[in-house]
Amino acid sequence: MSVTIYVPCDSAALSLGANEVADAVVREAGSRNLEVQLVRNGSRGMLWLETMLEVATDAGRIAYGPVTEGDVASLFDADVMAGGEHALRLGKTDDLPWMQKQTRLTFARVGVTDPVSLDDYSEHGGLVGLKKALTMEPSAIVEAVVASGLRGRGGAGFPAGIKWRTVLGAAADQKYIACNADEGDSGTFSDRMIMEGDPYVLLEGMVIAGLAVDATEGYIYLRSEYPDAYVVLTSAIERARAAGWLGSDVLGSGKAFDVHVRLGAGSYVCGEETAMLESLEGKRGIVRAKPPLPALEGLWGKPTVVNNVMTLAAIPYILDQGGEAYAAYGTGRSLGTLPYQLAGNIKQGGLVEVPLGVTIRELLYDFGGGSATGRPIRAIQVGGPLGAYLPESKFDTPADYESLSAAGGLLGHGGIVAFDDTVDMSKMARYAMEFCAIESCGKCTPCRIGSTRGVEVVDRLVEGKNRKKDEALLRDLCDTLTSASLCAMGGLTPLPVLSALDHFPEDFAKSE
Amino acid sequence: MQSRSSSAVAATPDQLAAVDAAISRLATMRGACLPMMHAIQAELGFVPHEAVQRIADSLNLSRADVHGVLTYYHDFRSEAPGCHVLKVCRAESCQAMGSEKLEDHLCEKHGVAMGETCADGEVTVEPVYCLGNCALSPAVMLDGKVYGRVSAERLDALLQRAKKSTGGQS
Ligand SMILES: Cc1cc2nc3c(=O)[nH]c(=O)nc-3n(C[C@H](O)[C@H](O)[C@H](O)COP(=O)(O)O)c2cc1C
Ligand code: SF4
Ligand code: FES
Repeated sequence: MSVTIYVPCDSAALSLGANEVADAVVREAGSRNLEVQLVRNGSRGMLWLETMLEVATDAGRIAYGPVTEGDVASLFDADVMAGGEHALRLGKTDDLPWMQKQTRLTFARVGVTDPVSLDDYSEHGGLVGLKKALTMEPSAIVEAVVASGLRGRGGAGFPAGIKWRTVLGAAADQKYIACNADEGDSGTFSDRMIMEGDPYVLLEGMVIAGLAVDATEGYIYLRSEYPDAYVVLTSAIERARAAGWLGSDVLGSGKAFDVHVRLGAGSYVCGEETAMLESLEGKRGIVRAKPPLPALEGLWGKPTVVNNVMTLAAIPYILDQGGEAYAAYGTGRSLGTLPYQLAGNIKQGGLVEVPLGVTIRELLYDFGGGSATGRPIRAIQVGGPLGAYLPESKFDTPADYESLSAAGGLLGHGGIVAFDDTVDMSKMARYAMEFCAIESCGKCTPCRIGSTRGVEVVDRLVEGKNRKKDEALLRDLCDTLTSASLCAMGGLTPLPVLSALDHFPEDFAKSE
Repeated sequence: MQSRSSSAVAATPDQLAAVDAAISRLATMRGACLPMMHAIQAELGFVPHEAVQRIADSLNLSRADVHGVLTYYHDFRSEAPGCHVLKVCRAESCQAMGSEKLEDHLCEKHGVAMGETCADGEVTVEPVYCLGNCALSPAVMLDGKVYGRVSAERLDALLQRAKKSTGGQS
């Protein structure tokens, strides 16, 4: 009898040798004359346990990890095919505390299915939302999204339904859905994991968005740093076209929608929506002044929904279960779930999807297990390179939009990077300025030039020859960046800089 | 930012043929400038300066426009890299796990700094700002493949294996 063994093809798993593990499984099974059906699934998000191998048994899927190529023979010796005992046996995947504590709405299928299998997708609840949407008026789809309270997951947190309403209301011969898959923030990888682990949920979300605003074409702007996601996406799109999920007659409805993938080219600021549109049009990724809003004049001047991958991937659930079902999760104006990403100096790094409002401490310790080095976590950065550095005293803050902003931070794309007590926060402040200098699109002087000055001022401040004057200069410079920048690249760079200075002043005074 | 000398070497006929093939394959695509550059670089490892005029002609753009695009994006190289390209993540999460030490190690042991190619022409090292592998920092990408939890020893082993495959010395 053939037994199914799962070895993830998520690029985090590949980065620790999942392909070698998969090859070893085939080799071992072959040499023992055992019949194995190998499935390359997405990752369950327990990235510290990669490569996590699973075996389908009568009692459910049994997990083993972290498995290396060299462990595979001993796993077979221990009768892995029947879920046998082994030092690396973790137990039933669904019963693992990491899984039990989650509410996986968007990530429901990730790690469970073969990412590009159309059958897997429809057998595990896929397409239900789209089929419902096909029976609805565009405005009813938009209102379901409004009712869900879903906010943009790319960073700015703008209500998705309201944006869609604007695009629906704009009269035009052509409209577009532009999916922002630039995921440039350090500490974030949820977009990558869904594109590699369940690409159809993103495509389904995009088709629904198209139906909602009367757009027939979608573009995914994918960062070039994600070559594995590119392969999965292009393969998924081809299969979806062949199956009639995309194309001129979506699921036989007579409605058209098609999706194209375009690669970025290593520019962080191209994640900013208007720079992304410029880049999609084949130009330099220079930020456009707003207005006009992309919702009215976006890609090639046409009304365009620009949404993050996570925003669009949340849509199928909302259409399937209703906006209210989604809004039942979360807190205040931060509704639904968020796939949080735990990164940096963390023992159990990975992805957890829970309702908005979980505290930072729960994420860092209950899920993350504290630092990787075993030293105290001294600082975290939430929300990417433009997010604030927060000290331990802020760890009880709920990680939702309002609470984090009240605590002087921002949620961004939901990534948390942990640092232990060996971190030098003046270096992180310096890096924030340096990064701004490297990535500035160059349109505004404070951002283009001021960031380089900022690096110099931080250096002088740390040198400590004229601390008072240099600190005043740095704060002044930050004021200018905040007030005279066209976009959040220059506008928010002061956040990591000043939060580091305010919360960790001792790191800037080491020469004293 | 990247400091490679720009004594532009003329592209070979083979390289020009590859450039032309990529351009004509994508000529009807909307906004094809970046896709063309990607296609050329995927083929040759860089975008030769002769490509600028050819892309401009094909897309009815000015040379300056195309040159502007080519130089704006960190990804595109104007010169051939070493046999292998190593991208070392410099972003925050990898810094939290000691990516700086990897940079130092590359300098000290392999004599190659960010943006440079080592003397034997085997490896070009480039900075990258997040590979989406931040739960397994520090991360690097070698010839398009991501590696996580990269210690100095692991990096040496990866480089050695890569060099062997191209017949280089370790
Ligand atoms: C410098 C900068 C970088 C950004 N990078 C990203 C990104 O990588 N991905 C993303 O979805 N949004 C990014 N954004 C936010 C986008 O401008 C935009 O708000 C978002 O794509 C809208 O989609 P949403 O409403 O679904 O979040 C960035 C913004 C700025 C200012
Ligand atoms: S703030 Fe910086 S990145 Fe944003 S538009 Fe101005 S120069 Fe460009
Ligand atoms: S910060 Fe290095 S992989 Fe994300």
